[in-house]
Amino acid sequence: MESERDLMLDGNAAAGVLQEIFGEEMTTALTTCDECATVSQMAMLRVFSGGPGLVLRCPACEAVMVRIAQTPRGTFVDVRGVRQMRLPLPSIR
Amino acid sequence: MKRTLEWQIATVKAIRQETANVKTLTLALLKWVPHRPGQHYDIRLTAEDGYSAQRSYSIGSEPERHGEIDITVEPIRDGEVSPFLDDVVVVGDRFEVRGPIGGYFVWEASDGGPLLLVAGGSGIVPLMAMARHRAAVGATVPARLLYSSRSFDDIIYRADLDALANRDGLQVFHTLTRSQPEGWQGFARRIDDRMVAEVNKPFGPKAQVFICGPTALVETAADAAEAAGVAAERIKTERFGPTGA
Repeated sequence: MESERDLMLDGNAAAGVLQEIFGEEMTTALTTCDECATVSQMAMLRVFSGGPGLVLRCPACEAVMVRIAQTPRGTFVDVRGVRQMRLPLPSIR
Repeated sequence: MKRTLEWQIATVKAIRQETANVKTLTLALLKWVPHRPGQHYDIRLTAEDGYSAQRSYSIGSEPERHGEIDITVEPIRDGEVSPFLDDVVVVGDRFEVRGPIGGYFVWEASDGGPLLLVAGGSGIVPLMAMARHRAAVGATVPARLLYSSRSFDDIIYRADLDALANRDGLQVFHTLTRSQPEGWQGFARRIDDRMVAEVNKPFGPKAQVFICGPTALVETAADAAEAAGVAAERIKTERFGPTGA
């Protein structure tokens, strides 16, 4: 029996969906957890993808930071667990 | 790099059996762009009734190989995408992909080193792209790979790793956790603090560390690298779980 923790991924696995939503490479963006104020790159967030959508949790306190659901009616994005997001400067590469 | 992610059609150019249940697919891409080693592609399969499933696969090949990428597939029980890629796909098949994706778990020769790579099972794939890239550009960055597999026959890319070790100075340390062939000289237990410290010894705190594998291995190896004095920002991790589902 696989536990929820065995099925846990990280923000790297959500990179495609995040880039689709934000229009930028987001795994190096910095997010501040609204619950505990820990600052993490999005690649380090814990990702749970077992349900109908994606849930991104803080690696320090495991509070829900981002919820994404892609449905036939459109993509729903709930970011209320993120106090602040800092996107990297556009790269010159 | 501001670039809209667009789906494109990939054509299966070759299929190679890596181990009894792991295969590498070479995908030809009309809109190929060079990736950064460690990046992945999303693959989308759509059924006739419109139902679609999407998963991400790390690129195993080096960006110096133009026009095509390798992905390596380990079938996941009850998965939606991997059984198709593992069982059904034949050369000439086409499906949708988008990428390259990701900017965190990436290493290019210009990033320097010394480089400590730690992998468990199919977590070797993105690290292989880094090792092949290092060899393709003739980089002299010292590099060590600690790779955990269940048994000798489960070692993915075994011959290619031997070649990288012999020709390109990649130092490869295998550990076999479940069974070992007679006379096995390598490690024979799960990756632990002592093993990481031993492999990283010549690099010390200067190491740039990339760890990819199941969560338990990733957390053990990351803690061990920190205990060996490597600053947290020099340790990058990627957890794979059912990404291949």
